Amino acid sequence: MPTLIKDQRIVEQPSPPELVLEPTDELAVLADRIGTLNVIAVNFPKYGDGRGYSIARLLRERYGYQGELRAVGVVARDHLQQMAQCGFDAFQLREGEDVQDALRAFGDFSEAYQSSAAQPVPLFRRRVGR
Amino acid sequence: MYIYDDIDQQLVDERVAQFRDQTRRFIEGQLAEDDFRALRLRNGLYVQRYAPMLRIAIPYGLLSSKQLRKLADVARRYDRGYGHFSTRQNLQLNWPKLAEVPELLAELATVQMHAIQTSGNCVRNITADHFAGVARDEIVDSFVWCELIRQWSTFHPEFNYLPRKFKIAVNGAVADRAATFVHDIGLHALNDSEGEVGFRVIVGGGLGRTPVVGHVIREFLPWPHLLTYLDAILRVYNRHGRRDNIHKARIKILVKERGVDRFRDEVDAEWAQLKGGPATVTAEEIRRIDGRFTRPQYEQLQDVKVPDTKTPFHAWLKRNVHAHQQPGYAAVTVSLKKTGVPPGDVTSDQMERIAELADHYSFAELRVTHEQNLVLADVRQTELHGLWLELRALGLATPNIGLLTNIIACPGGDFCSLANTKSIPVAEAIQRRFDDLDYLHDIGELDLNISGCMNACGHHHVGHIGILGVDKNGEEWYQVEIGGNQGEIRPGAPASLGKVIGPSFARADVPNVIERLIETYLELRDSENERFVDVVHRAGVEPFKKYVYANLDQRPANRRAALAA
Repeated sequence: MPTLIKDQRIVEQPSPPELVLEPTDELAVLADRIGTLNVIAVNFPKYGDGRGYSIARLLRERYGYQGELRAVGVVARDHLQQMAQCGFDAFQLREGEDVQDALRAFGDFSEAYQSSAAQPVPLFRRRVGR
Repeated sequence: MYIYDDIDQQLVDERVAQFRDQTRRFIEGQLAEDDFRALRLRNGLYVQRYAPMLRIAIPYGLLSSKQLRKLADVARRYDRGYGHFSTRQNLQLNWPKLAEVPELLAELATVQMHAIQTSGNCVRNITADHFAGVARDEIVDSFVWCELIRQWSTFHPEFNYLPRKFKIAVNGAVADRAATFVHDIGLHALNDSEGEVGFRVIVGGGLGRTPVVGHVIREFLPWPHLLTYLDAILRVYNRHGRRDNIHKARIKILVKERGVDRFRDEVDAEWAQLKGGPATVTAEEIRRIDGRFTRPQYEQLQDVKVPDTKTPFHAWLKRNVHAHQQPGYAAVTVSLKKTGVPPGDVTSDQMERIAELADHYSFAELRVTHEQNLVLADVRQTELHGLWLELRALGLATPNIGLLTNIIACPGGDFCSLANTKSIPVAEAIQRRFDDLDYLHDIGELDLNISGCMNACGHHHVGHIGILGVDKNGEEWYQVEIGGNQGEIRPGAPASLGKVIGPSFARADVPNVIERLIETYLELRDSENERFVDVVHRAGVEPFKKYVYANLDQRPANRRAALAA
């Protein structure tokens, strides 16, 4: 069973997601349902498939989704910090990932220039006066 | 130069540490080859035909002499003592060892340099017009806007795994010197009727195997909306760009398949949600970035008139020296197109000497052009002669800027594992054929571009003459196009793609073909003011084609003698 990490910890008994989104899924048709859900998973079918990042930001920033947002599929250590910036808060690591190493990945960068789900205010609005 | 603050520096340092760790995990077998490939590529590291190739970012082509010295130093210690300036205004080293790359990057970070996003399916180095800040037809200093976009694109969490690479160019002057119509996004600054600054937004242009001239999707985007609009374009592309076929994955295919109007509607719908949000650019931020650029302290000088003496110095003044906003100053192109030297190549020794010249003559800064030359942008006119003497001694004063021998060429099959054919020997053979300077100057402005394969790194589609190497049953053949144009540098001559003149040629025939094309042009032109490309646009490909194929086998010496008679 792949390991799920959330809030910097391993989740021993993860609850199954209520909805699994694929990269091509349209979100507008789900708009009414999104607010009623507690666990949504977004699938990353390949290492380099970046569509899930946009889906996460839309869920958080446009549809106001507040529940658990879980990245599943090809989820590797080197993806994690950017996934978190885009609004994921749970990460089902693919088989073979070193969990301890993965937990360190969230600290690779201390800042980000952009507006994102995790930090909507871009750096340039926070670095005023520097 | 934009000078980093502590956050800019920290992010670059953290990338070095991250890449060091990724490299370690790969070498220790914890990271699979395919995964490491995606990670190393977005840090500019390719595995090439003979050794790795590292592409070092030179954001919008702007360099300090201190940075150039560091490049000379790392090229000497980690490579074989030379580097190659690319058409994306970057520097490529061809022989570093994988295990040493993290250390090399750590050294670059000490002079505010890196290799971030110089490859991979992400937003690449932003390119700009190389006379930003000094051009007489300037609208805005494009470097300021490029830096804004550089920061926005650096580790953008949403757009780090796009369907394909993504190239943005910014042009801040009236003339388009940044080839904005052949980029994924081209931004051309302009003023509206109230004098407010904005950008014409051009999307879906590009070269490669499916060359396309881009489409204007917004005539005037007011500057505060620049980043939210870019976010909207990139989001539509990230979500809907094709990922099933690498050759159909660029944004140009999405724009083509959807149609420009539908694509624009989708971008606008996305933008409507982002517009006015926190990513809206503030005047304060533009002032902050502007204020972090070092600026030349110009003296109050008068323009100097130099009489036409018909000397080699005058030929250089005419071709390699360019008008400047500031009276008494000029911009100088340092030609990296000497016959016998691969276009864009410089040795470490040359880099160090050029750094000294930049210190002495041009406020310790220089620029890399997308035509693979260097520019000293702020030279006192009274010092041009002294500078020319020094450049000439270094072999860097070939007076060929804008002329046929100022060839753009990719590294080709001598280095690149994608290439089908060699490009450097072809460039050299053409340069040798046109070594007569008077003849070269008489031919006038002509862009000749060579790509060693259909990936088109040598921009052959937008050369006035474009040469493409093709493989036929293991043999190297060359297809010739004419009529391409990189952008509207001259009013009335917009960006265009070349048309193939006919069946391809053996390598040995290429210089003959070029000579026949030039003879056709000289025969057809109305005046010296009508350039080669203008004649192709007026008269079409047919007369060139007819003449070339009818006269291909004549030896050049006989040919010239016959013409003279």
